Amino acid sequence: MKTANKKLWEEKFRKAELREADFSSISGRPLQPLYSWEDLTDFDPEAKLGIPGEFPFTRGVHPSMYRGRLWTMRQFAGMGTPQQTNERYKFLLEKGQTGLSVAFDNPTLYGRDSDHALAVGEVGKTGVAVDTLADMERLFRDIPLDRVSTSMTINAPAAWIFTMFLANAENHGIAFDKLRGTLQNDILKEYIAQKEWIFPPAPHLRLITDLMAFCADHVPQWNTISISGYHIREAGSTAAQELAFTLADGFTYVESAIRAGLDIEDFAPRLSFFFNAHLDFFEEIAKLRAARRIWARHMKEKYKAKSPRSWLCRVHAQTAGCSLTAQQPEINIIRTALEALAGVLGGCQSLHTNSMDEALALPSEKAVEIALRTQQIIAFESGAANVIDPLGGSYYLERLTQDLEDEAEKYFRRIAELGGMVGAIEQGFPQREITRAAYEYQMALSRKIKVLVGVNQFVNEDEKLEIPVLEIDESVERDQLENLSKIKQRRDNSAVRSSLESLKKTASGTGNLIPHLLECARVYATEGEISDALIKVFGEYREQPFY
Amino acid sequence: MAGPKIKVVIAKPGLDGHDRGVKVIARALVEAGMEVVYLGLQQTPESIVQAAVEEDADVIGLSILSGAHLTHFKRVKELMDKAGLGDRLLTGGGIIPTKDQPKLKELGVGKVFGPGEDIQNIVEYIRETIQERRRTEHGF
Repeated sequence: MKTANKKLWEEKFRKAELREADFSSISGRPLQPLYSWEDLTDFDPEAKLGIPGEFPFTRGVHPSMYRGRLWTMRQFAGMGTPQQTNERYKFLLEKGQTGLSVAFDNPTLYGRDSDHALAVGEVGKTGVAVDTLADMERLFRDIPLDRVSTSMTINAPAAWIFTMFLANAENHGIAFDKLRGTLQNDILKEYIAQKEWIFPPAPHLRLITDLMAFCADHVPQWNTISISGYHIREAGSTAAQELAFTLADGFTYVESAIRAGLDIEDFAPRLSFFFNAHLDFFEEIAKLRAARRIWARHMKEKYKAKSPRSWLCRVHAQTAGCSLTAQQPEINIIRTALEALAGVLGGCQSLHTNSMDEALALPSEKAVEIALRTQQIIAFESGAANVIDPLGGSYYLERLTQDLEDEAEKYFRRIAELGGMVGAIEQGFPQREITRAAYEYQMALSRKIKVLVGVNQFVNEDEKLEIPVLEIDESVERDQLENLSKIKQRRDNSAVRSSLESLKKTASGTGNLIPHLLECARVYATEGEISDALIKVFGEYREQPFY
Repeated sequence: MAGPKIKVVIAKPGLDGHDRGVKVIARALVEAGMEVVYLGLQQTPESIVQAAVEEDADVIGLSILSGAHLTHFKRVKELMDKAGLGDRLLTGGGIIPTKDQPKLKELGVGKVFGPGEDIQNIVEYIRETIQERRRTEHGF
């Protein structure tokens, strides 16, 4: 049923002259020019929205949301040597940041030492290099780990980077149950998008469930996994793909932990999520709301979790690095502000805002300070934090939220047909979906169907770069190699050998690997030595190249 | 258009998983009528040049967003010269600061492309460079 008014408007709209422009979302979603109550006839606000802090959490995970506590302002940072990164952390804490987030360099992310053949030229370049406990000690020097929460973006070797973190806390007399933070530890999205793996999926999933079990007993405040859509989106996916693949990864972890004999009420409350906050303002807000609703429904109805804490999709959001341009980098501040506002209106629990120099280098101090200030303006000046889910009830937003949910469910069915997410990954399904979406977007830019200011429209010819760009000195690699070789000489090498042996032995069986990884960390075994020991048992993963 | 298909070997050297751009380029080059051999991730300069020899490639393209561009381009160029591929085009793209571009040019690397580059420009650059080279070599 349409009202006379709606019909009148349709009539007038049909006659209107429209701009020559593409009116679809950034994901290519066709959009109507107007949404009204007629678009929500299947929508039951009691069931679909509920109230904040109650199932299905569409309006937020807490009853008080930002009136109770603002989101954590958490800037992802790491570069060069552990000492340099330690200085950056102190700078950020001094500027009012409320949590730490470690960016590791490529060799560390792949479980390789700084002296590995493939690491040449990459040590400390896009994050901080960590080879042993000694680097972890330098990284967190004079930072009160029992008072600041720490997030670590590490996946394939997450378990042994984490035990280095634990060993450092132990040496400072900090009890494990006082530690708060998050380990990304999401290997499935590595196969799908970020491509930093070591072993095939099965042993990686075992390490993840081992860590969940260990933390439930010993590090209860730690988020053992941050199920991540961010990298899926950065690799070029649509919003619906990001939503669907991330949640499907999450279901896979839940199923794998249940199979390993863990109690869902023990591990589910420590699962957290990480989503992209991209440019398409309403689509992104809808995506975060849909994520909460879908996750809660599956956890409650499919996996039969009883405690409401097990139903929560708690979200860290990061603005979209891939939306930022090397051209006219100052205008990236505006893009980031819009994206961050979408993250906040979407109800995120913590937020990273990218710096304007994202497409050029790691952030300079100036750039990261502006990025943090952007969050502070949203929190304290814009009024966006005063009212919970302020866009709830918008015809457009509720329609989008429901459409995204439906699209995600369609993907879940497709993934189930392929034998679940691991099967789908092995058959290259999510990878191909994303690659196709990335190509289509790039073509739309090339044909100027989609606009990127400063890149394919409003271009400044002969522009000169007018912002400082951070450089990582080549001496970083030398220093790191020197430190590594000193540690190898100084440590008790027979203790290293025997801890690696017992690790391998347990890996061949079924015991929990985390206590053994902790022992390896304590005696200064290197990250690469641990990887190599485990590769002997688990083998290595190889991807068939495709495009 | 005269001459055989242009053959391009593309790779990601080192420990850099950012493969969104390289796959878009690979597909765009294929759509433009070139033959593309994409080697994938975690390649070494040795494995890349060996593949280029086996494929008798006209072009080697490297995608590097890891900050290790100077290291990798230099090594690949050295190995190309050694393998008798000194006359082939070495190009690429990624996050490569403007100030490093003269250094790459000095090494004998062709144009390198950054974020926001129109794909058609990359396709045209490769096509024109190879056609120019073929014209010079064959004298027509």
